[in-house]
Amino acid sequence: MDTLIQEFEQVRRGFTLTLWLLLFSGVLATVLGTILASFRVSPIASLRAIGTSYVNVFRNTPLVLVLALAISVIPTLGFSDLGFSIGIRGFTHFFTVAMLGLSLYTAAFVCEALRSGVNSVAAGQAEAARSVGMNFTQSLRLVVLPQAFAAVIPPLASIFIALTKNTSVVAIFGVPEAGFVMRKLSNQYTSDLWPIFIGIAFGYVAIVAVISTIASLLERRLAVAR
Amino acid sequence: MSTVLFDTPGPLARARHRILTLIAAVAALVVLGLVIWKLALEGEFEAALWEDLAQPNIWRAIWNGLVATALAAVVGIILSIGFGALMAVARLSDHAAVRFPARVVVEFFRAVPLLLLIVFVFFATGLGAYWSVVIALMLYNGSVLAEVFRAGVQAVPRGQSEAALAVGMRKNQIMRLVLLPQAVTIMLPAIISQCVIVLKDVALGLIVSYRELVAEAQGIAEFVNHAIVPLSIVAVIFIVVNYSISKAAVYVERRLAQRGHSSVQKPRT
Repeated sequence: MDTLIQEFEQVRRGFTLTLWLLLFSGVLATVLGTILASFRVSPIASLRAIGTSYVNVFRNTPLVLVLALAISVIPTLGFSDLGFSIGIRGFTHFFTVAMLGLSLYTAAFVCEALRSGVNSVAAGQAEAARSVGMNFTQSLRLVVLPQAFAAVIPPLASIFIALTKNTSVVAIFGVPEAGFVMRKLSNQYTSDLWPIFIGIAFGYVAIVAVISTIASLLERRLAVAR
Repeated sequence: MSTVLFDTPGPLARARHRILTLIAAVAALVVLGLVIWKLALEGEFEAALWEDLAQPNIWRAIWNGLVATALAAVVGIILSIGFGALMAVARLSDHAAVRFPARVVVEFFRAVPLLLLIVFVFFATGLGAYWSVVIALMLYNGSVLAEVFRAGVQAVPRGQSEAALAVGMRKNQIMRLVLLPQAVTIMLPAIISQCVIVLKDVALGLIVSYRELVAEAQGIAEFVNHAIVPLSIVAVIFIVVNYSISKAAVYVERRLAQRGHSSVQKPRT
């Protein structure tokens, strides 16, 4: 137990980085996933093909491999320093590349969740909306999307939970987030293995609990009577 | 094709869609071409690299990695099914003293990153990289599967366990002989899809230097001094294998959906 208290600063910094990774890649994956989902449900055949191949490629490749490829491809394409800073907080090139890799990987899952959400709305709903004289935007905004959102929240929540856990994978490539700190401490203080593991594991459990609480609150708010 | 988003297109819309299809396809190919062109400019596809890659020991390394990945994945999934079934039964127990600890175990292992589990098992047991990966996979995927099985058991119609009770079966007989076999069949597609996840997760063994496929690819990348081609080859292997497994899951799901419609006759009323 002493180790965790003694090294609390390192653990705190690790989890701060985990949360930043989660925030950035969560937003980016949602944006990219939404674009891909719109490709997959569009009437244009080649856009559908692009969406489908993207999903098949990224869903079937291990995240480790996606990250390894991102680390070698991105600098080769000429982006050798993607470090940036917000205020006084600086982010290294490796952080950005890892974040991009995580986003690319997670976007495939977001896309599938959104697509099945849209598909879960019965075609009759939009047909009814059109027949009472709503135009495309109205039927989408007032009828289809509210129902699709409600259907999509539980799978999206599990995707963000998976993303939370996946942020630890970047430890393999030396980004010093919580998983990296855990391995370092386990290596350093072998006698204190249990408290280190349980302590850091509960950090993740807490993040997961927050996400699932928000999701179930939202689900209840948005529940549609059918 | 009328979907919830748009009506069946008329002739004018179909012509417009054809033009847009062409434009989008060309745009995608241009972007992809630019990336490949840039990588080629940087010498990622030069002739000497292919000569290096054609050596037999490279392919032996990939084969070894493939075997190591498959070995950990197969043993991992078998142990997960066992652990998952055990935890599912415990969570469905009539005794709170059994139900509660099982719930804590399942919820905990589902929320902890697999990477942390692998590192922990590695340092805590000292069993070496292979068993750390397999045990961590068992704990994590077993907990995921426990929830799958539990949902499966609850999806078996109530009449099944009532009928079993009526013919005088004990609780463990009902679970073992009536509920679990049906739950596993209902949940077979989900179990097969879990295999894809296990196969991908073996790659996390990298953190304890388990020599699976991705680790071998990185070794080759160092050896030939270029990373992109070796990593891409391994990515293609993963995509082909996992895509086939996903297709198998869809096939099994369809077969299961058909079952009962053709063979079992509905009781006449």
